[in-house]
Amino acid sequence: MSQAVVDRLTAELGDRILETSDAFGEHEVRVAVKDWVDVAQFLKDDEELQMDHFIDLTAIDHPERESARFDVTLMARSSANGHRIRMRTHVDDGQEPGTLSRIWEGANWAEREVWDMFGIKFKDHPDLRRILLYEEFVGHPLRKDYPIDKAQPLVPYREVTDIGKLPPFGIEEGQPFARIDWEARLAGGDNQVSPAIGVQQGQRRTLSDSEAAQQIQARIDARLAKEAEEGAAAESADAAEQGSGD
Amino acid sequence: MEPADELSNDQASLELDADPMRLNMGPSHPAMHGTIRMVMDLDGENVINLDVQPGYLHRGFEKSCERGTWAQVFPYADRLNYVSPMLNNVGWSLAVEKLLGIEVPERCQYYRVVLGELSRIADHFTCNGASAMELGAFTPFLWLLKVRDWVWDILERETGARMTHSFGRIGGMAAPPTATFKDDVRQLIPEVHKVVKEAEIMLLRNRIFLDRMQGVGVLTKEQALSYGCTGPVARSTGIPYDVRKDHPYLVYDRFDFDVPIGEDGDNWDRFMVRLEEIRQSVRIIEQALEQMPDDGPVNVDDPRIVYPDKQDVYTTIEATIAHFKLVMEGLRVPKGEVYSFTEGGNGELGFHIVSDGSGTPYRVRVRPPCWYNLAASREMLLGGMIADIIPTFGSVNMIGGECDR
Repeated sequence: MSQAVVDRLTAELGDRILETSDAFGEHEVRVAVKDWVDVAQFLKDDEELQMDHFIDLTAIDHPERESARFDVTLMARSSANGHRIRMRTHVDDGQEPGTLSRIWEGANWAEREVWDMFGIKFKDHPDLRRILLYEEFVGHPLRKDYPIDKAQPLVPYREVTDIGKLPPFGIEEGQPFARIDWEARLAGGDNQVSPAIGVQQGQRRTLSDSEAAQQIQARIDARLAKEAEEGAAAESADAAEQGSGD
Repeated sequence: MEPADELSNDQASLELDADPMRLNMGPSHPAMHGTIRMVMDLDGENVINLDVQPGYLHRGFEKSCERGTWAQVFPYADRLNYVSPMLNNVGWSLAVEKLLGIEVPERCQYYRVVLGELSRIADHFTCNGASAMELGAFTPFLWLLKVRDWVWDILERETGARMTHSFGRIGGMAAPPTATFKDDVRQLIPEVHKVVKEAEIMLLRNRIFLDRMQGVGVLTKEQALSYGCTGPVARSTGIPYDVRKDHPYLVYDRFDFDVPIGEDGDNWDRFMVRLEEIRQSVRIIEQALEQMPDDGPVNVDDPRIVYPDKQDVYTTIEATIAHFKLVMEGLRVPKGEVYSFTEGGNGELGFHIVSDGSGTPYRVRVRPPCWYNLAASREMLLGGMIADIIPTFGSVNMIGGECDR
């Protein structure tokens, strides 16, 4: 925790910092919901702060508070100078703070958990599914008005033909074939060992550059187009049938 | 299937379907630790897309904490990272003590350090042993796990339980160190060194082990920071972040120890970092035993916080009342909010607690190190081969109890 971060924030952002605190030696700033993403981006990008280490993001429910119900807190750390800071915002029920998952990858799962447990949605989150509980769960259990002994309805057996609980997938990097070039290595060459590092150093090419990947992608596109066509045809047939029934 | 020569020409020349295959692995899979589900798209044996789905061991830790007293959290905390429960116990005690504004006596601080480091040794040995087992080497697994058993023998003598000790207390420990504690631990130390050495002899020059660990499951430094990785996973990528060093708690600032870091962030580095951390833990234990006072109080001297002596409870009315009130109402923690963090087995174990001044926690948030390490595992596995999921996932050391809470 560090006072320097708070000083820098108040100096640079001025009135966008609504409140600061240093209770128990933990430095904290409060910002408005509309500034949530901007201030976080500043924390990460500012040359002096460099808060590049994501620590935690969570929420606290205060149902009795009149103004805004939830506190959302973020903790970040700077790997360069070891500073830590906690940022807080007050979020009303139904209000949507912006997602931080584009700033720190770790915020992705943390925000999914907050959505799951508190029902706070994050605007523009790439993949806001429930994470600890299941899709059919009713309510958000860490809200104070969720009774701890509440029973959940039985979930009917899921008829899943295609595993549906997935984000939209595209084709991504694959791994080239071999592992370690032992001969080159024993001969003293520094030809890299790991495919991932090889790709980084430009010694190997990635899967998505390959022809095979393009072919696969083309096949997937074709199949999707065909399915869409068939779906449309089936729908129009259904509509026609219903029309004649009436 | 018919033999190939019986197939007609048409059938034999049929092209195989080369669309990516979607494969579902888990939640209960014999080769996976813990219950976790992975849905992946495969191109041949290469993982081209992956969705990691935790949550199958969710049992409402945080909600459960909001209904009992502060002291009743200890058994739950045990079951977070059940491979090193003592570290969780200590973490929870420190969090509540920070909110209360008290500090336990020195003897207790050393006691907590030694017990915690013993837990860490057991934790790392378990993880590394399992890593070897996943590559088919069953002997090292049993060989390393025997150390865990020795550690548990000591912890059993101290706490009465082998695995879920519930030994921490707010303002102290459940019992003072036994008379033979220091000797027991001192006897263990050379054995630990010996087994670490044996593990190195067994594994570090094994070609299969090397091939499957080096350069597999790579995580870069930037990814590790961005995902919020801590502990051995972050250190293996070259981030020298150890809570014991950066934000010393208890008496860690009095010890001379190193923070091992890796370079590549692959399975090998994670394995080696854990192995070296065992040595560093032993170093800490040696120094702590040296400095630890042999007598003196273990608990803080405050009847509002610490349970009275059992003998007094049965013989005096004051102690009976104090005990009754502590058990039935729980201790009163002043209003406030703190985030207290310690170095758990897998990284920064944080307790973010809010008190409203009643005898019950208002909100308890655990920052489980596994949670963010697991989120980053997607980066390690993507682009790798399906067979590498098992060792890579093992080296992340996801502990379901802590991850899913």
